Amino acid sequence: MKTRLWLLVGAALTMAFTYGCKPKGAQSALSGDAASKVYVPPGQHDEFYNIISGGFNGQMSVVGLPSGRVFKILPVFSVHPENGYGFSEESKPMLNTSHGFVPWDDLHHIAISTTNAEHDARWAFGNANNTPRIARVDLTSFKTMEIIEIPNSGGNHSSPFITENTEYVVAGTRFSVPTGDNKDVSIDSYKENFKGTISFISVDKDHGNMDIAFQLEAPPFNFDLARAGKKKSHGWFFFSTYNTEMAHTLLEVNASQKDKDFIMAVNWKKAEEYIKAGKGKKVGGKYAHNIWDESTHTATSTIKEGVLSLDPRELKDIVYFIPCPKSPHGTDTDPTGEYIIGSGKLAAIIPVFSFTKMLAAIESQDFEGNIDGMPVLRYESVLHGEVEKPGLGPLHTEFDGKGFAYTSMFVSSEVVKWNIETLQVVDRVPTYYSVGHLMIPGGPTGNPHGKYMVAYNKITKDRYLPTGPELAHSAQLYDISGEKMQLLLDFPTIGEPHYAEAFPATLIKDKQVKFYKLEENNHPRALKGIANARVEREGNKVHVYMTTIRSNFRPDNIEGVRVGDEVFFHVTNLEQDWDVPHGFAVKGANTAELLVMPGETSTLKWVPDRVGVFPFYCTDFCSALHQEMQGYIRVSPAGSNTALKYSTGEAE
Amino acid sequence: MKNISPLNRILVLIASVLMISAYFIPLWQISLWAPQYPEGLNMKIWIDKLSGDVDIINGVNHYIGMKHIGVEMFPEFTYLIYVFGFIIGFGILTAIIGKRWAVYTFFSMIVLLGIGVLVDMYLWGYDYGHHLDPTAAIKVPGMAYQPPLIGYKELLNFLAYSGPDTGGWILGVSGLLAGVAAILEWRKK
Repeated sequence: MKTRLWLLVGAALTMAFTYGCKPKGAQSALSGDAASKVYVPPGQHDEFYNIISGGFNGQMSVVGLPSGRVFKILPVFSVHPENGYGFSEESKPMLNTSHGFVPWDDLHHIAISTTNAEHDARWAFGNANNTPRIARVDLTSFKTMEIIEIPNSGGNHSSPFITENTEYVVAGTRFSVPTGDNKDVSIDSYKENFKGTISFISVDKDHGNMDIAFQLEAPPFNFDLARAGKKKSHGWFFFSTYNTEMAHTLLEVNASQKDKDFIMAVNWKKAEEYIKAGKGKKVGGKYAHNIWDESTHTATSTIKEGVLSLDPRELKDIVYFIPCPKSPHGTDTDPTGEYIIGSGKLAAIIPVFSFTKMLAAIESQDFEGNIDGMPVLRYESVLHGEVEKPGLGPLHTEFDGKGFAYTSMFVSSEVVKWNIETLQVVDRVPTYYSVGHLMIPGGPTGNPHGKYMVAYNKITKDRYLPTGPELAHSAQLYDISGEKMQLLLDFPTIGEPHYAEAFPATLIKDKQVKFYKLEENNHPRALKGIANARVEREGNKVHVYMTTIRSNFRPDNIEGVRVGDEVFFHVTNLEQDWDVPHGFAVKGANTAELLVMPGETSTLKWVPDRVGVFPFYCTDFCSALHQEMQGYIRVSPAGSNTALKYSTGEAE
Repeated sequence: MKNISPLNRILVLIASVLMISAYFIPLWQISLWAPQYPEGLNMKIWIDKLSGDVDIINGVNHYIGMKHIGVEMFPEFTYLIYVFGFIIGFGILTAIIGKRWAVYTFFSMIVLLGIGVLVDMYLWGYDYGHHLDPTAAIKVPGMAYQPPLIGYKELLNFLAYSGPDTGGWILGVSGLLAGVAAILEWRKK
């Protein structure tokens, strides 16, 4: 009896002790007056715009920092029924590819345009991972203006990183794929027939228009994140690579065998010289190039064929390999451009390479070997030093401009701050949980704003009110202005964020497009006033030239449409004021709605499948009489001779 | 008739020249604020045209059935330029000939112009505010809403303000200068 009692007491004590030893949660991680540091009073604005990739939702989200508030979901590679993107006749060509219309993609990384290695925030670039593409978003209208497809690529993950004056945006392939004329090859012939291509896409410095300048034909590695050199290393680009084993099955094991993979250093200025000298070979590759026109409010898609290819095996001095432990996921260059940091996701250290040493090693031909004639530099000769015991699973590094680097640690779920010169770890903070990318405003540029750091996490678990099996991804905002990083805020994000960038709001907030001037609307079916609202039949196509203004449609009653017709509603929003969009939705539409901005013209195709009278209405609560903003369209049987008739809003 | 003092000649000349500004800057302004328009809507009235958020104001006003404000609504725009021109010319002439009767006339013309414009605006406002479209969506109590002549007035969700713009104030200064000249001459008599 007594023994049993003692056992019970012992068990109780053990349980109490064990409970007490449970690691402390984030509650205890919060210190000081965090709330006031993220509080943006009503009516005031956030200090930074944060453009966040949406990952598997194919969109970008626009968030304010330090508040973490979401302002906009910006459709890029995915259709967006809420505003008609990808559904309106005008926007459908934006999602055209060489495979036809692709309504979805996986957007991983953001690049905000720079001049002299500083954000000018004119454009945000995003990559489509699945069907390789790069998009350009205009940051005065927060609209996708251009999408270019990348031929000879599979899995555009090493993208869209930019050079310091936005001369180029790059697209390195994750999956090497067969290129050339014969693509029907055995997967077992990977090493012989597969190629890893790196595309350099030029960006017009005035208008931003993209064009594939050239492709580098690289070995069949998997290419991962990349960074351009900046300032002293301007003219170079650094790509992390893994699967240098060149495995094509069970990569989990087979691509993790070598202790070191490579950072591929590309001298793109040299590549430019070869292109100028006519050394580029035209190779096949079909791709779509889609451009949105703000004057016609319409996108056009052009299918192009062929790109210029450079073979660095033959053309010397373009490509050098820097050995990098182990399976690097990211490489980053510090704000001075001197240091190149590799983040081997399976590595126990973080290697920091010196650009100066790299040039010296190239100069003295200090090579340890070559890959198909492309030199492999000696690790020790290029190394500035290693950060010892940084944590587990280093992925990405950002900079605060004060001599410190911040590396995300996926496996140990933390961000580690270390001194770039001395390579000493100076601070570490937990993230919740398993941080992927991290971001400091201006972090990848030559001029970081070292005030905040955001961790974008892959695992959420218990952070928020649970929402069934699928949870929002979590992000944490830290104050990094002091010596120690301080957790300020935990906020849910949209989709699955990967990389993001942030820049001062003052760069763009006073340049925003508020509405489109009607007199500058060059849409061929635009209306400049209510006078010409009408309905016209062209064969079995019925064109409705419609206007919207608070709070009516003209015409609002339409008759004479027959089953078998295709009806095109060309809706012009006549409003000329900020924040007065009108919506348009019609019953039974197999497409979506339209959200038409003031001064814009947008077209919804509607194919009536039955006889009847179908209502349409405004979907954006535009005014006190929004509920009155409606109309009817009558559909008569096929072959009937109901006269084409429409009313234009006379008072009864 | 007596000649006027050199000082008064200069005053009259300045008053006339200042009035030329009426051709280049707005004379009157009407502003509206509402919860939905925290930045305010502003309409400027010039000697021969309107500017500012006229289209937006029209869009808002159509709910209570107000007429569409446009240049064609104001015949004043066609002749006001000549009225101003005549007065300015007369002022300059006064400064040249320097006759006392001319100073009195010049001052009276400016005063009459001011009164005329205000009366005209009141009548326009009365007409504009009392001839609301009976089929309008929102029925204003008493089917009348006269905009303020000068100052502030509330209607539904809007606060309206009406008052002189830069040109109007300059015109006021011209009147004042002409008035000073006239009074100085009157006291000399």
